[in-house]
Amino acid sequence: MSVVLVVPSQLRALAGGRGRIELDVDAADGRPPTVRATLEVLRRNHPGLYDRIVTERHELRPHVNVFVGHDDIRWSGGFGTRIPEGHEVVVLPSVSGG
Amino acid sequence: MVDGGGDMPEAAKGVRAEEGDTVLLIGTMKGAFLAHAGPDRSEWSMDGPHFPGEEVYALALDQRNGGRALWAAPGNPFFGTTLRRSDDLGATWSDPEARTVKFPEGSELALKRVWQIREGRADDPSSLYLGVEPSCVFESRDGGDSWSPVQGFLEHEHRPFWTPGAGGLCMHTILPDPANDDRMGVAFSTGGFYRTEDGGRTWHPRNVGVRAEFLPDKHPEFGQCVHKVVHHPSRPERLFLQNHWGLYRSDNWGDRWEDIANGVPSDFGFAMAMHSTDPDTVYIVPMESDQFRCTPEARMRVYRTRDAGASWHALEDGLPQENAYETVLRDALDTDAGQAAGVYFGTRSGKVFASRDDGDSWQLLREGLPPVVCVKAVTLT
Repeated sequence: MSVVLVVPSQLRALAGGRGRIELDVDAADGRPPTVRATLEVLRRNHPGLYDRIVTERHELRPHVNVFVGHDDIRWSGGFGTRIPEGHEVVVLPSVSGG
Repeated sequence: MVDGGGDMPEAAKGVRAEEGDTVLLIGTMKGAFLAHAGPDRSEWSMDGPHFPGEEVYALALDQRNGGRALWAAPGNPFFGTTLRRSDDLGATWSDPEARTVKFPEGSELALKRVWQIREGRADDPSSLYLGVEPSCVFESRDGGDSWSPVQGFLEHEHRPFWTPGAGGLCMHTILPDPANDDRMGVAFSTGGFYRTEDGGRTWHPRNVGVRAEFLPDKHPEFGQCVHKVVHHPSRPERLFLQNHWGLYRSDNWGDRWEDIANGVPSDFGFAMAMHSTDPDTVYIVPMESDQFRCTPEARMRVYRTRDAGASWHALEDGLPQENAYETVLRDALDTDAGQAAGVYFGTRSGKVFASRDDGDSWQLLREGLPPVVCVKAVTLT
């Protein structure tokens, strides 16, 4: 399944200047792919971008938020959150950093 | 605006400087600045901010091998820390896609901050070291292209017992022995002073005599909150240590420490700097206490010893002596290579002061900067 990841302006240089990138993510169990699977594809294809979103401990950086649709994954299942068809994964710097 | 992004200021152009000039590398909580003066160090220009919005706790200018490799470790509050290099004194910076400083898989550690960038020995110009948080030493053998943690330190058996101070679990001091390739000292908060004698394979705490006021056992083997350690390359075995309460000297690479808080208003403080040519001269900036981390009596005073800690004397000419509730952090004090040393420090209130006569007199070089966390003075060769 193709998952669209929306890249914040601060990180677009790491995505070839694009604000959206499409990632081909397997939905192995026939269900919608998870954020974790999506980030694994991101890690392979755009390691620099992945590093800015996720730490070496494979944890979401404290001041980065990831949304599936309008839902913050911190409150909707973390990296295990499913991405329904037609929903985008949106990465945004949080209001708390800086 | 749909994604919370915004353009950052692009004020930094870099420094045009020549041999004999002095460059001050100033790291703040919101970017880096470069101050520049000619050989007489009387007129200063300021360039910056570099990396606006990013904290810069570590800066270094490596002039070995005839080069001028300017290193910075800006920490983006959202997206993490990267190591950047400039070969034209800040006109342009590398912007690597891949983060080169990372803890390995399985370590269960993640890089929080780079606290120190330290060049290796003069006869090994490809060697560089980083002190990072959580406390570890990273090493590069290829001039900074690639980095790896020093394994013996990464896997140290004491690691579970090291705890962060207010600034974090920070490795802030790295002292390679210029006379012995296998020896190096490091200091971190908390943990204390550790030394290797076998090129980094094993590390042993060397804290005998150093107090830990915040623990029931005031003299543990390790766990001290050492704030800074300095030494002079001509006498590498003699170390000076500013502790979280305590001012010490060791004449044997840390095997034993002696109290040298002779005539200071407080032995609490963060910053400490070595005179570049006189191995008996050291500078500190005492703070009132751990409960009130400001200059004693609201007077901005640097203290200097010229006799290796036997006595300390206040330097205040040109520094504010009223209502100066200032804080000078551990890496915000440094000296240049002048025979009459330039001495420089920055404050959390965003002021930078400079002296060009060993600290006898001072001028306010700049105010209004973001909180200063790092000052490095370099005389260009």
